[in-house]
Amino acid sequence: MSTTVETKDAVAAKLIPIYIMGKKYEVPETLTIMKAMEYAGYKYIRGCGCRGGVCGACSTVYRKPGDYKIYSGLACQTVVEPEMYLTQLPFYPAMRATYNFNDLTGAPEEIFELYPELFRCVACNACTKICPMDVEVMDYIAALKRGDIKAAAEISFDCIQCGLCASRCMGELPQYHIAQLARRINGAYLTPKAEHLKTMVANIADGRYSECLNELKGMDEDTLKKTYTDREMEPATAGEDWTPKESKCL
Amino acid sequence: MAINISNRDSDDKLRQKVTEISGQNFQKCYQCGTCSGSCPMSEHLTVQPRRIMALLQLGNRKALSEANTPWVCASCHTCMVRCPRSIDITRLMEALRLVKLRQNFDKVHPNKVKPEEIAKLPQIAMVSGFRKMTS
Amino acid sequence: MKISYYPGCTLKTRAKNLETSALASLKALGVEFEELPRWNCCGAVYSLADDDLIHLVAPVRDLIRVKERGHDTMLTLCSMCYNTIARANDLMKNDEEKRYTINSFMDEEPDYAGEVRVLHFLDFFRDEFGFDKLKEKVTHPLNGLKVAPYYGCTLLRPKEVALDKPDRPELFQQFLQALGAEVVEYGSSTTCCGAYQVLNEPGAALTVSHNILKDALNHGAEAMALTCPLCDYNLGRRQEAMKEKFDFGDLPIYYFTQLLAMALGLPVEESHFELNTDSSQELLKNKNIINKSA
Repeated sequence: MSTTVETKDAVAAKLIPIYIMGKKYEVPETLTIMKAMEYAGYKYIRGCGCRGGVCGACSTVYRKPGDYKIYSGLACQTVVEPEMYLTQLPFYPAMRATYNFNDLTGAPEEIFELYPELFRCVACNACTKICPMDVEVMDYIAALKRGDIKAAAEISFDCIQCGLCASRCMGELPQYHIAQLARRINGAYLTPKAEHLKTMVANIADGRYSECLNELKGMDEDTLKKTYTDREMEPATAGEDWTPKESKCL
Repeated sequence: MAINISNRDSDDKLRQKVTEISGQNFQKCYQCGTCSGSCPMSEHLTVQPRRIMALLQLGNRKALSEANTPWVCASCHTCMVRCPRSIDITRLMEALRLVKLRQNFDKVHPNKVKPEEIAKLPQIAMVSGFRKMTS
Repeated sequence: MKISYYPGCTLKTRAKNLETSALASLKALGVEFEELPRWNCCGAVYSLADDDLIHLVAPVRDLIRVKERGHDTMLTLCSMCYNTIARANDLMKNDEEKRYTINSFMDEEPDYAGEVRVLHFLDFFRDEFGFDKLKEKVTHPLNGLKVAPYYGCTLLRPKEVALDKPDRPELFQQFLQALGAEVVEYGSSTTCCGAYQVLNEPGAALTVSHNILKDALNHGAEAMALTCPLCDYNLGRRQEAMKEKFDFGDLPIYYFTQLLAMALGLPVEESHFELNTDSSQELLKNKNIINKSA
């Protein structure tokens, strides 16, 4: 049997010029900014994280020719464009207030006390315009100013703490730190508690699974292996109402 | 309070800056004193509004910068509605504040306002206070 | 007239009593309005510098929100918001160059040229609803409660947005009379309470506020009616500090809309008197303006 594999000529991607911190490089047009910078020979030791668009490490600010606007994006997610003029902003200083979370009660005044610069917001919207995750930053700051922590937590949900909002803020607020406090307060004090979770945790602490766990712990290796391979498994086609025969350890 | 009137103490740049920022012609002031008589903060000022107008006309930067007047002014607009020369004195006070604030100066420091105060104050107190007295 | 109601930051927290009493009253009077679903803080003070445009962006944005909803009128309760937004509105209407710059800057918003009318509650009642009509709707007149109306600064100055003549205004008195109160005339009714100086020169703000209260008391006031949450702080909450410094007695303070709600016979919960000073509830109970059992 022949095992030759047919090969086609590799099609090279078209090269386009981009400017990394003012210096011009020709890079394949299909690459993301991050890959393009690595193609150009840069090695990331900061400003690079998950490479998946959720950690906020690779914030990039860029401009395009003939356009006054400032654009932003995550380097790992944004595909390069011809004549793109970019720089990385791996870090922008923003002080986080220190507080003992257990001392908070969820009153809006607590946020006002910890972040009085909140009141310096002039609703210029520079923060919303620069956000690479399309979070409506100005709107959550407005919500916080009027004491609506829940709305602020909801609006800021997609925030990945990249710091670009703080870098553009006229009022010099650390928006993403304030939003994180709002989300923490919302989760801990404002959203309804899952009572069934509390009950279950108490049951487990009271020893609901102790007998089963001790039984497993007491087995020798062979018995444990056999128990595992002989366990009853839910069939792939089982309906909603399937229950196992042995329910002692559920 | 005696002040020197001489060319040396006259800062034309300051006069120009205040005129630009406020859009007001303080040279029109004929020192009637209605503004001083109307000002609710009068007893707390080191220099009365009427005298501030005179100092502006003279361009006396030193005396103006030592006066607490722009920083005690509450922008109540009583002076400007009564001024017989229709000078918007409130805008002049704002200009005097801004000349200093735009040098990245904070008269009120948001982080130094006592937390107990912030907890009791209405939000508009902080919003307006910071707008008028921080850079 | 399609009305968008603009609350302002403070009315959702510290000045909740101003908002709930106002909105309940509007509903009881059959006035149709819609609260703006999306809005930002207006900035509380109008920028007084000719070259400063950024501080106009916040109030203009709120006006755009009203326009976007297809409404032609913005109704405000907080006097500081009224003053700031009304003046910004005038600028957008009259100053072509600045209008162009601000619209260009806010490239993510539709253009605005002053199409919305800004009204404060008081001039809505005088000019649109009518004080006579209001009087007819009053079911629980205020039993001649001696009320000193306190205007403060922002409703009367500067002339461009003034609701009435700055030195001898009448509309607040007429409003209170329609509710059945006895109006107390006193000189300090339009004198500034110190406003934001509570942050920088709290001693000065305390003194000027104390002078106003003393003046009202000397003219026989049993209560004072206000429109502004910052005045409420300076003249109301700081009475504690005045007791210490000036040996001051007491003067119950109300928002004008709380008195309106009571005069319309609305349930006492709508007025959230727990946010007023303690003596405020006592006085109304003693005067049979709210039920003792409420």
